[in-house]
Amino acid sequence: MAFLKVEDLKVHFPIRGGLFNRKIGAIKAVDGVSFEIEQGKTYGLVGESGSGKTTTGRAIVGLNDITEGKVTYEGDELNKKGKAIDPRRDIQMIFQDPYSSLNPKKRVLDIIAEPLRNYEKLSRQEEKNRVHELLEQVGLSPESILKYPHEFSGGQRQRIGVARAIALKPKLIIADEPVSALDVSVQAQVLNFMQDIQKELNLTYLFISHDLGIVKHMCDEIGIMYKGRYVESGTKQDIFNNPQHIYTKRLVAAIPDIDPKKREEKKQFRQEVQTEYEQSYNDYFDNEGLAYGLQSVSDTHLVALPEKG
Amino acid sequence: MSKELLEIKNLKTSFRIKDDYYAAVDDVSLTLNKNEVLGIVGESGSGKSALAFSVMGLHTRAKIEGNINFKDENIANISPAKLNKLRGEDMAMIFQDPLTALNPLMPVGEQIAEAILLHKKDMSAKQRREKVVDLLNKVGIPRPEHTYDQFPHELSGGMRQRIIIATAIANQPELLIADEPTTALDVTIQAQILDLIRDLKEDMNAGIILITHDLGVVAEMADRVAVMYAGQIVEIADVETLFDNPKHPYTRSLLNSMPSEDESQDKLHVIQGIVPSLQNLPRKGCRFSARIPWIDESAHEENPELHEVAPGHFVRCTCHNHFYFPDESKEEQVNGVS
Repeated sequence: MAFLKVEDLKVHFPIRGGLFNRKIGAIKAVDGVSFEIEQGKTYGLVGESGSGKTTTGRAIVGLNDITEGKVTYEGDELNKKGKAIDPRRDIQMIFQDPYSSLNPKKRVLDIIAEPLRNYEKLSRQEEKNRVHELLEQVGLSPESILKYPHEFSGGQRQRIGVARAIALKPKLIIADEPVSALDVSVQAQVLNFMQDIQKELNLTYLFISHDLGIVKHMCDEIGIMYKGRYVESGTKQDIFNNPQHIYTKRLVAAIPDIDPKKREEKKQFRQEVQTEYEQSYNDYFDNEGLAYGLQSVSDTHLVALPEKG
Repeated sequence: MSKELLEIKNLKTSFRIKDDYYAAVDDVSLTLNKNEVLGIVGESGSGKSALAFSVMGLHTRAKIEGNINFKDENIANISPAKLNKLRGEDMAMIFQDPLTALNPLMPVGEQIAEAILLHKKDMSAKQRREKVVDLLNKVGIPRPEHTYDQFPHELSGGMRQRIIIATAIANQPELLIADEPTTALDVTIQAQILDLIRDLKEDMNAGIILITHDLGVVAEMADRVAVMYAGQIVEIADVETLFDNPKHPYTRSLLNSMPSEDESQDKLHVIQGIVPSLQNLPRKGCRFSARIPWIDESAHEENPELHEVAPGHFVRCTCHNHFYFPDESKEEQVNGVS
């Protein structure tokens, strides 16, 4: 049994208009996405803006309503109504922007204790001790407990966000672009730290990012999304060493190379891929410009190709 | 005329906080040649944008000392009227966020036309429109005639950035300052925009200052690179030297903190401490010393200056001679260098 299993997930947002504001259409933000994550692993969800990667993550935590499909977490279906236990206590989220995801009017104590207050009945002292423990875990000083978010730097704020996310000892963390808003050196700090607590607490990550360099560093398995659908999924090696879909190739080609000597080479390669992209667009996308269903290339590697291909 | 387009000499840009002035750009000297891309790299708070804004004269309350010689004229602290003649005509800027830099209530074509109108008053409206359509074509916008009348919200991020670029190059400026031009964009779009800027440079024979925190972008674009830390340039070299043979501890730490191709590296390097805020900047001694505390104090100079270690390669302070990363042993490092 898979730890987290997403089957044919669809999230559609209604477009309303006309007489009586009826539903006249739908934006298919996520349109049939399936994947599985094993416990203790990091799964990367990659795509450009508008690809539906964030919506997928939010639908799993329950911040967006699921239109169709099933999300099973340790065998329990998540979107079923009238459940005895709330598995969402085991699933937490780290948000992209450490500046807007923390309430500026609350002290660090109240921010981190909020999930505890929702789920666990602790006395004041117990709660305070727990928050101290968490702060220590994320490497912040105990005095920070009475400070407000504006007194911290970006990296420290992101640590507060992480402390809040791990307060309830979750098993799965959905990290939505956790380092995009940070400087390179701070980014390194947060990524290292995320890897450390992963080992310590046996966490599973769903890592949502547009930065392929970071995804390559962090993730075991990767799914590439385009317009709400998967175009390719596989292990890190499958995606980076043997990309099959033209969209993936284009993404990989677009990563700036750190070696200035390969500049011309890289530009030429990009142009080749671009030409191939334009010429073979119809082979990879249907008449609506969407990806086809996934076909398996190897045991781990799935690519969206037309049926006969 | 000389090849030099812009020469910044001992520039100091200070901001007032309460009663004191604090220098965000502290004694920076630079030159930019025609048809050259100079990359300026640094973390937020290093003063790279403050430097660009000083050149463009966009600071309204800062105290600017030193010289900014552009086309053999000192443009530091010249009158707004004179600046307005220069800006848009001889020098132009590409901003980071294409949505906030555009007027949401004006068709994008009109916004480009405005830049032309301000500097070329004798053009007729019809000529102007033709010129704008031409520009839109040049920056790779499909159906320029149609796009002319569209509003910013109707365009995607990449298209908006193209509009900004079209506005900036409308009068064929000789100096172009691009402040994080691709930070707000997706990778594939980023690659397209970078290719576009490079092609335009060839076309116009302009000098470009490219400000970014992304070392990958610098490696792809720049001819020379200046690394800034705490308001100062700590290292400057041509792009290949800087990536092949970085000297200053800050440059080396930055390069090391990026996820690299080589997968054997498990942990990313973390620079200890944080970038000091403007008021707390150490003004004496090596400004980076607080972040490499394992290096002996005697390694630093008292008043660190830029030393030329190879032709065109300048490094500040002497600490780079003794620098090693804490996770590798000292001997190994010394052997590695020799």
